Amino acid sequence: MRKSVPVLVAQRIALGLVLLLAVSAVIFLGVEALPGDVAQAIMGQSATEQALANFRAEHGLDQPALTRYLNWLWGILHGDLGTALSNGEDIARAVGQRLGNTLFLAFWAAVISVPLAIILGLVAARHAGRWPDRLISAVTLTTISLPEFVLGYVLLYYLGVKWQVFPPIAMVFPGMGLWERLHAVILPVLVLVLVVLAHMMRMTRAAILNVMQSAYIETAELKGLSPMSVIWGHAFPNAIAPVVNVVMLNLAYLVVGVVVVEVVFVYPGMGQYLVDHVTKRDLPVVQAVGLIFAAVYIGLNILADVISILANPRLRHPK
Amino acid sequence: MSDAASDILLDVRGLRIEATVHPPGERARDVVIVDDVSFTLARGRVLGLIGESGAGKSTIGLAAMAYGRGGVRITGGEIRLGGRDILKAGAAGLRALRGREVTYVAQSAAAAFNPARRLMDQVTEATLRHGLATREQAEARAIALFGRLGLPDPERFGERYPHQVSGGQLQRAMTAMALCPRPGLVVFDEPTTALDVTTQIDVLAAIKEAIRDTGVAALYITHDLAVVAQIADEIMVLRQGRMVEQGPTARIIGAPRREYTRALVSVRSMEHPEKPAGGQVVLDVANVSARYAGLPRDVLRDVSVAIEAGHTLAVVGESGSGKSTLARAITGLLPPSRGRIRFSGRVLSPDLAGRAREDLRELQMIYQMADVAMNPRQTVATIIGRPLEFYFGLKGGERDARVQELLDAIEMGRGFADRYPAELSGGQKQRVCIARALAAKPKLIICDEVTSALDPLVAEGILRLLLDLQAQEGVAYLFITHDIATVRAIADSIAVMHRGAVVRYGPKSRVLSPPFDDYTDLLLSSVPEMRQGWLEEVIRHRKMESAGN
Amino acid sequence: MRRIPLSALIGLAVTGAFFAVALTAQWIAPHPIDEIVSPQIWAPRSPEFPLGTDSIGRDLLSRMIFGCQVTILVATAATVLSFTVGSVLGFLAATAGGWVDQILSRANDLIMAIPSLILALVILSVTPPGIVTLVLVIGLLDATRVFRLARAVAADIAVMDYVEAARLRGEGKAWVIFREILPNALSPLVAELGLRFIFAVLFISTLSFLGLGVQPPLADWGGMVKENAAGLVYGVPAALVPSAAIAVLAISVNLVADWILARTTSLKGGRGV
Repeated sequence: MRKSVPVLVAQRIALGLVLLLAVSAVIFLGVEALPGDVAQAIMGQSATEQALANFRAEHGLDQPALTRYLNWLWGILHGDLGTALSNGEDIARAVGQRLGNTLFLAFWAAVISVPLAIILGLVAARHAGRWPDRLISAVTLTTISLPEFVLGYVLLYYLGVKWQVFPPIAMVFPGMGLWERLHAVILPVLVLVLVVLAHMMRMTRAAILNVMQSAYIETAELKGLSPMSVIWGHAFPNAIAPVVNVVMLNLAYLVVGVVVVEVVFVYPGMGQYLVDHVTKRDLPVVQAVGLIFAAVYIGLNILADVISILANPRLRHPK
Repeated sequence: MSDAASDILLDVRGLRIEATVHPPGERARDVVIVDDVSFTLARGRVLGLIGESGAGKSTIGLAAMAYGRGGVRITGGEIRLGGRDILKAGAAGLRALRGREVTYVAQSAAAAFNPARRLMDQVTEATLRHGLATREQAEARAIALFGRLGLPDPERFGERYPHQVSGGQLQRAMTAMALCPRPGLVVFDEPTTALDVTTQIDVLAAIKEAIRDTGVAALYITHDLAVVAQIADEIMVLRQGRMVEQGPTARIIGAPRREYTRALVSVRSMEHPEKPAGGQVVLDVANVSARYAGLPRDVLRDVSVAIEAGHTLAVVGESGSGKSTLARAITGLLPPSRGRIRFSGRVLSPDLAGRAREDLRELQMIYQMADVAMNPRQTVATIIGRPLEFYFGLKGGERDARVQELLDAIEMGRGFADRYPAELSGGQKQRVCIARALAAKPKLIICDEVTSALDPLVAEGILRLLLDLQAQEGVAYLFITHDIATVRAIADSIAVMHRGAVVRYGPKSRVLSPPFDDYTDLLLSSVPEMRQGWLEEVIRHRKMESAGN
Repeated sequence: MRRIPLSALIGLAVTGAFFAVALTAQWIAPHPIDEIVSPQIWAPRSPEFPLGTDSIGRDLLSRMIFGCQVTILVATAATVLSFTVGSVLGFLAATAGGWVDQILSRANDLIMAIPSLILALVILSVTPPGIVTLVLVIGLLDATRVFRLARAVAADIAVMDYVEAARLRGEGKAWVIFREILPNALSPLVAELGLRFIFAVLFISTLSFLGLGVQPPLADWGGMVKENAAGLVYGVPAALVPSAAIAVLAISVNLVADWILARTTSLKGGRGV
């Protein structure tokens, strides 16, 4: 009766796409249902009824919500994210420039934090309950308790201003060399690494401890295998799926952390762009960028589930 | 026997084992879990370690590999294996010993095999790691062992993953894994306890044969004296970490010297005379079928049974036979798809919601796990008092007095009413559940494996209590169990279930006498008897029968 | 009384102190919240202004005290809201089952599929600003997590034999929910309370920091970080004061929550909460 792996993976991906569609509806239609008027917000309290009506007609706001949703969705599927209300800019073009910057930041944060988190998680699990574990867990408990911007400003003040080790403002511009660019983003990358590292390391530790407490680990020890053989031969093949899952979930978390960190370091990325336009109450930009963030988040979650399915021996080798 | 001393493989002297426990909200403290245990085991011999839960038998078994689980530490005595004190061996010395000179067979092979690796890899791993053979030799030996242990298609069995084979097969594969490196000693830790009785006998026979053929010595740990009597040359009885007595198997089961051993030997021989038939029928189940939503086939197929007032019907079967589903159908938790249930002369509504309060009151239930059958946040007085309040409207002092009467009836007496379930022993918990059922003054109590989770002596006390209460109150029992000894102890009539259907039904004397149908014969003949040689008899008998067919 | 570990004691004391400041802000603050007391912006510490002045010359200590009140008020209100909504709906889903459970659970999955901060930003871009809006947005978004936990806890308990025994006895839904399930579900939920409060503190601080939370003339700690952040580049550490306050509050609540969590998971049933 058990379903085969390709069917399960296809099902999971299909479910993710349905979810994404539902999310787009929430972001577009759900927002319509909220109190508040876009035209009023953009034009200000002093705008006349006539001016508001003109504004609505100009931007198609007078059409039924469902029609506008379907048009919006149709446009997105064709790469058209609409135009910004505040300055008439093409959203897709603006996003195109900034997405690269954001991915650059997230990529380097991931490259540093993932191996570090796994190594620290292993160390903590290996010494569970003893001082290396306690130290690591005390430090991570602290960083988990800090919002990203607090961590960001503390590092900015000490490393960027007081001791002047790294540039305090992450200025990047087109045509910059890779090394210059990396040097510019050291602080924001460091903040993202610290924030994600704590969660990732705690979850990795829990996943590995869970595997190490299994009866088959005792079996391996009672075979007289060396600690390394026990870990590589028996713990590792079973720990890899939960650890990869942990990594994916935390990369999804990274996507959100980016928003705040970009604002702290005045970095021209998607997060900064989103926050600016929330302040300007520029709904089309907010909806388009919000959907992109949600899509990345959902995509990483799907990836995590697919990896779990692929790594499960019960599913890979059906009866 | 001049070189008897050199024949000694394992020599344990004054063994003392401690563990650190962490009671919630209190400081961690050390407790002694094994104290002053000594024994010797000669090459090629089998020593049975027997005792109830908490006797320390598994801990002693693992100590033979100088291994302690969790916070368990060996703090005294010496353990000599082949003349060497293994407690002084050091980490590398122990690694050289484990998996080579001593190997281990766990109770749950399903958990003890790594789910991500093929069986062959795991069975030959210790042999290869210790450099005892080449891969070809090790695999050839594994295949030979698979064959000897009666595994299907031995040549290709090792290619499978653990989840692809059955529980009984995994247990044999674990035995093959233990025997593959040709160790001097194997520790068998309750290897058949988790198996159904008809599977247990095959695995037991396979293990016994493999021990004999390979000449390995074994520590065989179990709580079931009848099982260990089949396999051990000597038996050591343990209780709360201390030795009670030790001796040759025949002597221990034939002429036990200590009171505790005598109790263990006689515990499964409780008999109960069958009550004469002809009374009023209290429950009549007619042609009932049932299935769970979403499953393609019936889990109950055309079941018809009846119980007379004040009588006990035992429903016996292995896991998956549908016996617990029958209880769910009768209580209305799983409405039958076909058939009718009559209770004290009325037709019962198929589902719970449609039943009158009087029907609910007269039909009570007791569960296997008393732990989860009581709300941990209610006191004993609340647990027993609620049905009194709910069905009879008893309040205040009247209710408290009745609660105390019920506590007296279950032989618990004063001082328990204000306790919480966590403060009771396993047997006491089950007694409180009985009192709760009794409080409703029911005509019928459904008992679902109520003694299965208890140690044999405690279970016997519960069975005696149930019989006494039946004599006093005239309540009928529908007693669900997988254990034939329990059936003999309590039943007036018996229904044998197999794959959702009743295959044999009638008064106890008739159901348990020949001629038998095939399944009942298999079931009855698989129950270990407390005498040596029983296993060989059954196996020989079965071989003859299959040869005759 | 059982022994309370030192870390939890410190956590309790510090958390208590913050709440005390929040309750008495009007009386202990030396200056009104928006009074410009000094012509010097970002004045250094002095006996008159123990924490110096802020970006437009207001007393930083007074603003910290009022900020404490706003931060804790919003976080507490949001936590109460998320707990009430999340646990009521979670219990309802677990005990009602069927389509009620399906609808509530799928809707919850949908909201949780969008990162909270992103969804909050989308909502705040249209809704009128104000404290009430903030409490509603934070409380309802966080209610999804409480819902998931409450539903899981209640669903675990609902299949216990003692609940089945109550149903077989003929007990009504109210007895089953309030007498059998609720007393056993409470302690894991109480442990979660602290974590949800921290989440609310961090969330409101982050939103205010982004300029989308508490609006002037009111101020919370996150907003104060934003106001004074520009000074950091010139070497003025004023923004670090509210930053530190957020961190200390979050860490001390975390210490208490960790202790409660460890206690409830080590208690398998049994008496004593």
